Amino acid sequence: MTGMVDPIVVNITVFVLAVFVGYHVVWNVTPALHTPLMSVTNAISSVVIVGAILAAGSGTTGFGPLVGAIAVALVAVNTFGGFLVTERMLDMFKKKEPRGRK
Amino acid sequence: MSANLIAISYLIASVLFILSLRGLSHPRFARRGNIAGMVGMTIAVLATLAVTPRVGAGLAMLAVGGAVGVIVSRRVQMTQMPELVAAMHSLVGMAAVLIAIAIVSNPPAFGVAFPMPAGNRVELFLGTVVGAVTFSGSVIAFGKLAGLGRYGRLFSSAPVTFRGQHAVNLALAAVMVGYGVAFVNAAPDAAWPPFLTMTALAFLLGVLIIIPIGGADMPVVISMLNSYSGWAAAGIGFSLNNSMLIIAGSLVGSSGAILSYIMCRAMNRSFFSVILGGFGGAEGTVAAGVEQKAVKSGSPEDAAFLLRNAESVIIVPGYGLAVGRAQHAVKEMADKLIAHGVNVRYAIHPVAGRMPGHMNVLLAEAEVPYDQVVELEDINADFPATDVAFVLGANDVVNPLAEQPGSPIYGMPILEAHKARTVLVNKRSMAAGYAGVDNPLFYMDRTMMVFGDAKKVIEEIVKALD
Repeated sequence: MTGMVDPIVVNITVFVLAVFVGYHVVWNVTPALHTPLMSVTNAISSVVIVGAILAAGSGTTGFGPLVGAIAVALVAVNTFGGFLVTERMLDMFKKKEPRGRK
Repeated sequence: MSANLIAISYLIASVLFILSLRGLSHPRFARRGNIAGMVGMTIAVLATLAVTPRVGAGLAMLAVGGAVGVIVSRRVQMTQMPELVAAMHSLVGMAAVLIAIAIVSNPPAFGVAFPMPAGNRVELFLGTVVGAVTFSGSVIAFGKLAGLGRYGRLFSSAPVTFRGQHAVNLALAAVMVGYGVAFVNAAPDAAWPPFLTMTALAFLLGVLIIIPIGGADMPVVISMLNSYSGWAAAGIGFSLNNSMLIIAGSLVGSSGAILSYIMCRAMNRSFFSVILGGFGGAEGTVAAGVEQKAVKSGSPEDAAFLLRNAESVIIVPGYGLAVGRAQHAVKEMADKLIAHGVNVRYAIHPVAGRMPGHMNVLLAEAEVPYDQVVELEDINADFPATDVAFVLGANDVVNPLAEQPGSPIYGMPILEAHKARTVLVNKRSMAAGYAGVDNPLFYMDRTMMVFGDAKKVIEEIVKALD
């Protein structure tokens, strides 16, 4: 065996392992929190913003920077909104009547 | 910032994303998990801004989108969560398509060789197509959930079906794959026509696969689109050789897939039967025999009398509760009953409402303590020993026909409200449920119907309880 491993093989390795982790972590999520799970996954999938930021800075020619900038703005809605709305929901899940804090 | 430092930042962010999902295993740890997610996202964005030549433009667009996100997250009603989640899926899908376009227009800027190797093109094909289907499918789902049916039939919550629908979709998908193959094999300067054609076909396909799916199957659709949005992000990660994107996308993708599976299991239907759609087309058809069958109906005062004299009450909320925005009134009623010494609990069916966990969030908003809210498998055994089961705007999830072989909903796990000593049912009318199946629960001797809008009825019960 000689030579470098193709990046695609590395990517597939990461992918398969991440699916396993996701499978085991998500089965442990309590059904009562399935809606916050969806909103927090909305927020997490907004990491494509990383690709969008790179696209917005991709050279000076072509329309890559333009579509990249649009993508940053679109997905930033999730990046902020997703986590904040999850936080708002999770604040509502309480065991006892609220004490002190509304 | 060196490439290694960036890669390590991305690794830390990936671990934090996993922890944010891990936190949701219990309401007590969930908020800490969410904070882990925010920290992870901040690290990922800052590390990327450190290497981009256009920090100003990136920050400006981030501020624009971020401001919208902050406002929306503050203003959205809890009853509107399904729409919001659908809208957010669409944004991730669109972003994936736009990033793919940017990569095709200038591969070297993303560390991709030019002319692009076939492997990279296959990855781009997958990321773009999944992203486009996620976008247009989520837009349709958003329309259906937000009740935009009056603006166009495509957004109707009733299934939109036509003859040969599945054949058309299949043919369209085949043509789309064909253009994908053409894109993979295209000469470097001729990549655009097949790329754009396949993208356009994917947008169209997204619309066509969601329109035949009816309102009450939305918990499956929204979970499926959640999954797709994750796979789209992972696809972009493949194109950019970015492990963090692959990890985050795979987490989201498998999360949505598991939720879809849980929702299908809760309806005892296969994923494919839901996705092929058309179920519940006969919505609102009332069985002809209904008029003859005797229904006992009573006033809110009668209901209040029954509830006050009960020792134990189980409330079964359904979509009607969300439509009537009755969650706060229900909590007020429950508080009054608890003050009378009644044991009050809530029974949640996994597909009650329009998205997974919908009822739990509405009850949490009304400050119902979560230990009063019980899942199906944990509460079903308690119905026979319960004095009053109060069904609020739910129908199919409490239909005892599900236990009868030959019924269209046979095998669906139900909340066994019919086993309670007395059953109270609040509905707006006698219309059949989503499945178009009549519900024998309503005609039992032990059942009393209280017709009317959920909120109004509950408020009158609260008054009568004083």
